[in-house]
Amino acid sequence: MSEKIDGNEQKSEETRIGVFICDCGSNIAGHLDCKAVTEYAANLPGVVYAKENLYTCSESGIGEIQDAIKTHKLSRVVVASCSPRTHQPLFQSSCGHAGMNPYLFEMVNIRDQCSWVHMEERDMATLKAKDLVRMGVAKARSLEPQQDMESPLTHRVLVIGGGVAGLSATEALADMGLDVVIVEKEQAFGGILKGLHRIGPEGKKAAECLSELIQKATTKSNVTVYHGSEVEAVGGYIGNYDITIRSAEEEAVQEKVGCIVVATGAVPFQPDGLFCYDGEGVITQMELEAQLLSGQTIPKRVVMIQCVGARFPEREYCSRICCMIAVKNALFIKRQDPDVEIEILYRDMQMYGTEKERMLNDARGSGIRFDVYDPDQPPEVVDGLVRFYQPLMGQTRELPCDLVVLSTPLVAREDTVRLSQLMRIPVDKNQFFLEAHAKLRPLDFATDGIFVCGSARYPATVVEAQSQGLGVASRVATILFKDKLITSALVAEIDPETCVGCLGCLDMCPYGAIDYIPEKAICRVNTILCKGCGCCAATCPSESASLRGFKPQQLLAQIRAV
Amino acid sequence: MNKDILVIGGGIAGIQSSLDLAEMGYKVYMVERLPSIGGKMAQLDKTFPTNDCAI
Ligand SMILES: Cc1cc2nc3c(=O)[nH]c(=O)nc-3n(C[C@H](O)[C@H](O)[C@H](O)COP(=O)(O)OP(=O)(O)OC[C@H]3O[C@@H](n4cnc5c(N)ncnc54)[C@H](O)[C@@H]3O)c2cc1C
Ligand code: SF4
Ligand code: SF4
Ligand code: SF4
Repeated sequence: MSEKIDGNEQKSEETRIGVFICDCGSNIAGHLDCKAVTEYAANLPGVVYAKENLYTCSESGIGEIQDAIKTHKLSRVVVASCSPRTHQPLFQSSCGHAGMNPYLFEMVNIRDQCSWVHMEERDMATLKAKDLVRMGVAKARSLEPQQDMESPLTHRVLVIGGGVAGLSATEALADMGLDVVIVEKEQAFGGILKGLHRIGPEGKKAAECLSELIQKATTKSNVTVYHGSEVEAVGGYIGNYDITIRSAEEEAVQEKVGCIVVATGAVPFQPDGLFCYDGEGVITQMELEAQLLSGQTIPKRVVMIQCVGARFPEREYCSRICCMIAVKNALFIKRQDPDVEIEILYRDMQMYGTEKERMLNDARGSGIRFDVYDPDQPPEVVDGLVRFYQPLMGQTRELPCDLVVLSTPLVAREDTVRLSQLMRIPVDKNQFFLEAHAKLRPLDFATDGIFVCGSARYPATVVEAQSQGLGVASRVATILFKDKLITSALVAEIDPETCVGCLGCLDMCPYGAIDYIPEKAICRVNTILCKGCGCCAATCPSESASLRGFKPQQLLAQIRAV
Repeated sequence: MNKDILVIGGGIAGIQSSLDLAEMGYKVYMVERLPSIGGKMAQLDKTFPTNDCAI
């Protein structure tokens, strides 16, 4: 539990409020009378200073706030401008830098709520801005000083999964000087790469790349290696996770870490029952890799079928990598023995990026044949030949062949759901791990301190898995390069005297931040996990749960000022 | 060794690197040719596939 360095002991200070009204250029001032609002604000109770700024968020605007805090001994600041979502952190920290308690800052949104929504009604907009400023000042008067919370950080990282993504993350984290614990389920590291022949597009030998990576990642003195092991239990929260690791033979081991990286990869889909798959005459790309690796001679007539078990209603997604894998293997075979006839039956060729495009061109130039098939009339594998309908020509063709290779997608591992429950992290409808935001936070989970990389998130190439591993290392460093974890003081509190232990808040909390303490039959907030969403406070029937900075008396002060 | 970092380009990649590096405790200088940062993404309205407002 974190300790709170409390600012409440501060002696009852004289309330000296400064109000800053922003023109936002003409964005606000063009639609309401900022001067009148400023004059109005100056006469509100507790306000000792009011100022109109052209742009409050500009360097000079911030400077004016900071100067006023010093010269007018302001104890509270209200800024009436744009959205707190974008600008509150800037204003709040600027007040903090000028020596004011940042939690005594209040923001009023007169841009979205006045000038934008009442654009053609200048008088109304001005009147409403005055109302909102009066409410903001009333709330500012009732705010209490708070201190950010500090809690200890364990400077150690758990990486789950020792494929290319997990190994890359491990190497980078260890090079940054952080202690890493890497847990691999199998005896050997490497994941899918262990079974690959060469790595496309450039075609290096997989075994060589892999042994180099394993060597670099796992032999460092600050890397602790567990193979043949799995994570059995995860407790705690960002900065302080308690991990139980178990291997088949040995007793469970406990590790304490500050962050967790999920790099558990994915597996190629097994096409049992499809296209007469038998593992001999009809094999998967993964099995073809094994044959190439062992140097087996490839028969003279090969047909590859794409999208086997992918892009149909039950598994809609495109696995992104299987087209490249087919072209890579076809090219290798053709270059070894130009007499081998290879025909690739596809729906669309997913060959994104310049290198893969070039591969496809090379393949076409080398005599490998490509033919589109119609998913509504998929190819049929019958003894010694593949029969398929050619939509372009409107005719059915028969391709005699000695080997059929099925290109199957990567699918989520079976234990993904177990892992997701263990760490309380979400998966998507295909059971791949789901990141916090597809574009803005592609490697984070919504749960602080847990990250994802590689095919565990979505089918990835080796280069993609590797860059995501490196990216995750940076994300971890943004947390663990600090001495302590600093979190906002605006969290919920539960009054132990009045809580009746009804569990209403516990069910409501979206972040799992509330624990039930059976001995006392009450609930308690874990302040590190709490995100200050306020759901518990709104739910609690006995008004025991409340949110700092948004206590009932503070909100009522604001409402009564309407 | 001087540990300050120069980031050239203020598009989404440059901004994210600068933010992460600054979080790690490094001083970052970002250089952008244009008067405002944001690059290509700042010129977009909605971004696929989630259709969030790009700004
Ligand atoms: C047939 C085939 C050919 C391919 N060819 C190419 C190619 O030519 N070029 C290219 O760029 N990419 C290729 N790929 C893709 C490449 O294999 C992936 O990009 C790569 O394997 C992704 O690495 P990863 O670390 O994310 O996952 P994985 O390789 O799947 O590694 C995950 C690791 O995590 C371990 N693990 C899983 N669950 C747990 C757990 N609960 N606890 C502990 N450990 C766990 C697994 O045992 C495994 O070692 C190919 C894939 C296939 C199937
Ligand atoms: S990568 Fe190619 S074979 Fe794989 S699912 Fe996508 S289109 Fe089909
Ligand atoms: S404020 Fe939100 S996150 Fe915090 S304990 Fe209450 S419900 Fe949970
Ligand atoms: S909802 Fe209120 S009374 Fe019920 S357990 Fe939570 S804090 Fe206690």
